[in-house]
Amino acid sequence: MNITEKILAKGAGLDKVVPDQIIDVAVDYAFTHEKLGPVFFDKFRDMGLTIWDKSRAIIFADHGNPPSRVMDADLIVKTAKFAEDFDLNFYNGEGICHQLMPEKGYVSPGRIVVGTDSHTTTYGAFGAFSTGFGSTEMAWIFAKGRIWMKVPRSLLFRVSGKLGSCVMGKDLALHIMKLIGSEGASYKAMEFTGSAISALELDGRMTLCNMAVEAGAKNGIIEADEKVIEYIKNRAILDYEIVKSDPDAVYERIFDIDGDALPPIVSLPGSSANSVPVTETAGVPITRALLGTCTNGRMEDFREAAKILKGRKVHPKVRLQVIPASRSIFSQCIEEGITQTFLESGVIWCNPNCGPCAGGHYGLLGKGEVCISTSNRNMTGRMGDSTAEIYLASPATVAASAITGKITDPREFI
Amino acid sequence: MIIIDKVFEVYPDNVSSELIAHTRHVTSVSPEGLAKAAMLDVDPDFHNKLENGKIMVAGNNFGCNSSREWAASALLHSGVKLLIAQSFARIFFRNATNIGLLIFECPNITKMAHPGDELIVDLSTGIITNKSTGKTIQGTVMPQFLLNIMTSGGLLETLKNS
Ligand code: SF4
Repeated sequence: MNITEKILAKGAGLDKVVPDQIIDVAVDYAFTHEKLGPVFFDKFRDMGLTIWDKSRAIIFADHGNPPSRVMDADLIVKTAKFAEDFDLNFYNGEGICHQLMPEKGYVSPGRIVVGTDSHTTTYGAFGAFSTGFGSTEMAWIFAKGRIWMKVPRSLLFRVSGKLGSCVMGKDLALHIMKLIGSEGASYKAMEFTGSAISALELDGRMTLCNMAVEAGAKNGIIEADEKVIEYIKNRAILDYEIVKSDPDAVYERIFDIDGDALPPIVSLPGSSANSVPVTETAGVPITRALLGTCTNGRMEDFREAAKILKGRKVHPKVRLQVIPASRSIFSQCIEEGITQTFLESGVIWCNPNCGPCAGGHYGLLGKGEVCISTSNRNMTGRMGDSTAEIYLASPATVAASAITGKITDPREFI
Repeated sequence: MIIIDKVFEVYPDNVSSELIAHTRHVTSVSPEGLAKAAMLDVDPDFHNKLENGKIMVAGNNFGCNSSREWAASALLHSGVKLLIAQSFARIFFRNATNIGLLIFECPNITKMAHPGDELIVDLSTGIITNKSTGKTIQGTVMPQFLLNIMTSGGLLETLKNS
């Protein structure tokens, strides 16, 4: 069996599972947030349901916090009330769920974590099985602590070598999107391995697993190593188990990628699978830039961007918005002087939250605007008006482009 | 369960759940509010077309990207009786089943069904007959427990009865 199969087998109390088998799995942690929780809160109450284990169900207000519309404010009120009534841990404005779940210790290797958000796949970076569900299903999970799943078939990505300077986990993710397409991993597990993956910091691994869902994957996963243990050792609430794929584990397909040869990648507007090397799209004028989100709002991302922005100014025609993924990242940025570097270069610094990533609030794109963003989605209308265009790239490429006012190869600044 | 109705439109591959009910158009999450937002970005004429039939057909990877249940709810509350796609994105598939929106997977459906065609769809055997052309095609049969959830009004109804 591979990592995903082993974790699911354990969750289902079975010795062995095979792809396509339907199993009933016990989950370790489950969460929802203010956008998708209120869909089921009333029904949950009306039906007289109770939470299966209140230490295991987590609530966030992160997508539009602070809210820009009364409707969104009401959703936060409803969410806070649910958390209070059921006595659940509630993080209100402290950051994005996908950053806080590991930060607060809810993620450990070998565990099963689910949430009402598609990018729940992110925690595969810690050797955990994690995936997203819809709201109604979360009502079921909150009540029972279990859910049916189909064991996914697995794809293996072996990335050799080491990513070059200014080439980040994001570039690898966008490259893989191009390689397999936006439904290339539908219902499947994406497992990443190889020297270039081991060399990645956890932040970059999170980016990679975060974007697995963009290829339709059920989960992304990376075998946990010392970097993971170092991160979770003073955080993880539950104990952990490092799960490894067997030498004879079965994969539907194996992809070999040369990490040394990978250039910075940019996705053209419309789909993250629309990716090209930055050199092929360099020069496209931009007016907006976003550095943040659950894909790239972490320390490694800000450190890379700060190297490029230090002593330079954001182009006068560009609005560069910086949004840390959590309060502790915000404060670490202050400590390392990154916040100061960014402010001096003329960025707009925001509180930790999802920002304009999903088009809800806070820096939306107007008609015909062109944005380069570190987020994970760029389909029509994602961040505002449907005539606005979104290019996806790494923090390094976004920082470089914000300085020049056009899409720019970050390697020019090193 | 057998559904007999007309196809009102055939949509392309990769219709994203974001576009099925975009945040910009959702001003209320009530059933009416969601119905109003349905498909606005994909097909502004969606609601008019629904007058001509209640079966919606689509290509591959329907409902991709976001996990928002709104997308499935918006279609349900708009009056879609059955949604047949060549394939569904995973979370959309689960959402639809869980809220009791009837969905059905059938490879090659976009080749054999056209707007205006009348279809007879047998959800238990997976066989679709196009009454207008006389052709039949085999879709993917759902596991019985999922079919039960979907046809009994969704997961919470099942939970209530369990
Ligand atoms: S940052 Fe964007 S992709 Fe991530 S959870 Fe928030 S809205 Fe979703």
